[in-house]
Amino acid sequence: MITIENFILITILSPLIVSILTPFISKSTILRDFLGPIGGVISSWGAFNIMSSALNNQNITLEIVKIAEGISIGFEITPLGAIFGLVASFLWIFAAIYSVGYMRGNKEKNQTRFYAFYAMAVHAALCIAYAGDLLTLFIFYEVLTFSTYPLVTHKQNEMAQKAGRLYMSILVGSSVILLLPAIIWVWVTTGSLEMSQNGVLDGKLDVAYAPLLLAMFVFGIGKAALMPIHKWLPAAMVAPTPVSALLHAVAVVKAGVFTMLIVLTNVFGIDFLAKTGASEWLIWLASFTLLVTSIIAIYKDDLKARLAYSTISQLSYITLGGALATSMATQGAALHIITHAAGKITLFFVAGALYVGAKITKISDLNGHGLSAPLIFLAFFIGSLSIIGVPPMTGSWSKFFLMLGAANSGYVVVIGVFCISTILNAFYLMEIPARAFFFKKERDIHVKIPKLILIPTLITSFLTILLFFFIEPFQNLTSMMVSKI
Amino acid sequence: MIDILTKNLPILVVLCPLITSLFVVLIPNIFFSWISTTLSTFLTFLFSILLYQEIQIHSHISYALGKWLPPIGIEYIIDKVAIIPIVIISGISFIATIFAYKIMPEEIEKKSISKVYSLWLLAIAGLLGLVTTGDAFNLFVFLEISSLASVALVAMGAQKDKQALVAAYNYLIIGAVGATLYVIGVGLLYGITGTLNMEDLTDRISDLNNNKALIAGFGFMIIGIMVKAAVFPLHIWLPRAYAYAPSAVSVLLAATATKASLYILARILFSVFENSENLISNTLLYVILPLSIIAMFAGTIMAIYEKDIKRLLAHSSVAQIGYITLAFAIGTKASIAAGFIHMFNHAIIKGGLFIAITSLGFFIQKRVTINNLSGLGRAMPITFFCFVLCSLSLAGLPLTAGFISKLYLIKATISSDAIWIAILILISSALSVVYLWKMIEVMWMREGRKIVIKENPTIYISLIIITFFNVYFGLDASLVVNASFEAAEKLIGDLK
Repeated sequence: MITIENFILITILSPLIVSILTPFISKSTILRDFLGPIGGVISSWGAFNIMSSALNNQNITLEIVKIAEGISIGFEITPLGAIFGLVASFLWIFAAIYSVGYMRGNKEKNQTRFYAFYAMAVHAALCIAYAGDLLTLFIFYEVLTFSTYPLVTHKQNEMAQKAGRLYMSILVGSSVILLLPAIIWVWVTTGSLEMSQNGVLDGKLDVAYAPLLLAMFVFGIGKAALMPIHKWLPAAMVAPTPVSALLHAVAVVKAGVFTMLIVLTNVFGIDFLAKTGASEWLIWLASFTLLVTSIIAIYKDDLKARLAYSTISQLSYITLGGALATSMATQGAALHIITHAAGKITLFFVAGALYVGAKITKISDLNGHGLSAPLIFLAFFIGSLSIIGVPPMTGSWSKFFLMLGAANSGYVVVIGVFCISTILNAFYLMEIPARAFFFKKERDIHVKIPKLILIPTLITSFLTILLFFFIEPFQNLTSMMVSKI
Repeated sequence: MIDILTKNLPILVVLCPLITSLFVVLIPNIFFSWISTTLSTFLTFLFSILLYQEIQIHSHISYALGKWLPPIGIEYIIDKVAIIPIVIISGISFIATIFAYKIMPEEIEKKSISKVYSLWLLAIAGLLGLVTTGDAFNLFVFLEISSLASVALVAMGAQKDKQALVAAYNYLIIGAVGATLYVIGVGLLYGITGTLNMEDLTDRISDLNNNKALIAGFGFMIIGIMVKAAVFPLHIWLPRAYAYAPSAVSVLLAATATKASLYILARILFSVFENSENLISNTLLYVILPLSIIAMFAGTIMAIYEKDIKRLLAHSSVAQIGYITLAFAIGTKASIAAGFIHMFNHAIIKGGLFIAITSLGFFIQKRVTINNLSGLGRAMPITFFCFVLCSLSLAGLPLTAGFISKLYLIKATISSDAIWIAILILISSALSVVYLWKMIEVMWMREGRKIVIKENPTIYISLIIITFFNVYFGLDASLVVNASFEAAEKLIGDLK
């Protein structure tokens, strides 16, 4: 019988082992390429077990290293962490298979390095998911930034260099200048780095400082891509598509909003936020980001850039849900981590498939190609519906809860924001299948999608439907998240 | 036998390199002069470790030189504060000596090598003497020994680049002015108190609170030491000296030289003048605090615009010294401890970076500038990897030693309600990522000439050791943290 502590180790260590092992077995391409998917299966097996223990409300903590008095690297299972950990490790399986198809199909250089850092990034994301205290969270937040740098700059050309600079300066700058002092401020105020389900600041922090501390957190967590610190995400799209798919639609950005939600619920506590109104400005900022980036997305002709802006907009749903500080909205935000992940990874998979299969990157070049790759466009269609929030796709659940939460909180305007954004979503996402199927073909291109790319794409798109029917365990977890001890 | 050894440890730490330096100069063979230097530094390191253990038992060791009891005779004092720089200096000089083996003959002609090693040991002896002595005038003697030896070492760089002579001359003149100011200060204090023993000074000063001569003496002493510690704006000797000295010397000086003086600064501020509270708190608030903040930014910005890598690292040292003095300036127990933590960590970080850069220079056979780094990351993966780790440590990123210093420094500033200082520190450390990243990016991104370089284990072994420490002390910092907190407690007591 494996204990839950060991499952934590299995989940977080398997990507690390994959990462370390990859350079040593680079001679055998087959072995190297499929180490990732195998690691993904083992890791998500652990994550499933962790989730079932979280559902049984077991309180599991695990200290790995004690750095000094009061500082340690340790892990703990929280409901939200269990969700995020499962999402990251489970989608890694498909992303890993997909990357093999992509890297081979595209004949990319330095594949060994790519796989090694890819797995390292997943490791960091999982460590964030199960982080037991604020410092562990911060440490792996930084590890995640640095391990994705070689992936973003994979092409090692001038454009990659520029994008890499922007990526690093925003993510490292914001986290070092704002997130770190915010964490230490909490440490000094409460005397420890621990978090708790009810929040730790109530009664300890002077209420007048609460909005300032919150602002330091919000702008320090650059990975959540709130305006005006969202620029790194479109820049990061120069990376190979598997990176955009898993990391910049799932692991990295979700690590950002995960951190944001953890801070809102487990550091401040939603009661404290609701009582003091410290997060009111965040509601408006998130709504603004949400709408503006949706509008920008409409004007982007580059498929990946449009998806990137769509991602920023969807991340703001999650921040907004947390900032509304009602239990329904927070649940909706947490569910959106899963539902958006499944949908958006599918869309990115499609973007990469079109690049590998037909070298298409622009939306205007898609006209009439629907029937040359019908399955791929079907997957895109399903994924889009999920993101728009149409039943029976899973995205409808999170939107439903978010809207309920907005209604509960008394910010009726926010319901309007969600509605407008839904229309905008439909507008910019549906254009792609519409062009592919209904527009006239301008030129003939031979589209050939490798199987290793097609299959994971279909699976993740199917997942968005499947999750509509099996959302219950996740919903149980999110309701545990907002319940009081 | 063992008993005699333990009793005499305080003096052995200084005598061991001092005596070896006298006969190393006579050995004509390169290898033998190197091996005796290595043995001597190793023994010194061993003695300092033994001394560390001794300190854990008796927290204060007083050693009367030649059995002349203090305050008449010269007293050597080892306590929980002094042990930190002693371990840093002896440890780093051991690693630097190992590193020097291959590098030294590359830059210095054969017949002068034994002389260089002799000066090398003399400088180490001077630095160690500086931190062990409890006598204000004896301190001046060691200050001069270490400075003159370092100047001569820097000048040895002239065999490769004539600029070294200018650098050495600068260092000599500015260093001499600093030492003179210090000795004037000591003279004034001797005039009003009649003693040179530092502990005795502390007692006698307490009655003379507003004495003008006391204030003047204090001012001279502090400024003299600040020159030696390269506190902004008295740092101008430092970038040139580090940049044009022979590579191995840069490693030694960058990691150790200013640490000893910073320790003296702390000792004067918090121990010798502990009874003149007004004087100290004014100095901290109006002199050291603003200067440190300016140093943090000036050093970092200079480093960003610098093309020559060794000078770049030297400018970065100015900024890092700024962090340490800033920690002292805040003046709480936690912040002084943070200063000592960073003193230790900065030694291993800068030592590592200088070793890495020197190794790169050794293989490309040129002065290392930013443009010469192209493509070296791919040609020398081991050195590059260690360089990146040490850089991350300098920038204070998690899982490295540098993070621990930053963590405690920020915590100390926030605890004393100076959140704006915390933000300034973090902005400057985020800026330091700019120049570090500039180097990493060039090595990683740009295609260089296609050169095949076989990395040499005799060179990278010391790099790996020091990089390992950078990571190790990021994961298990309790040794450094506890020692620093004990030191801070010893310096300012439980009061604050």
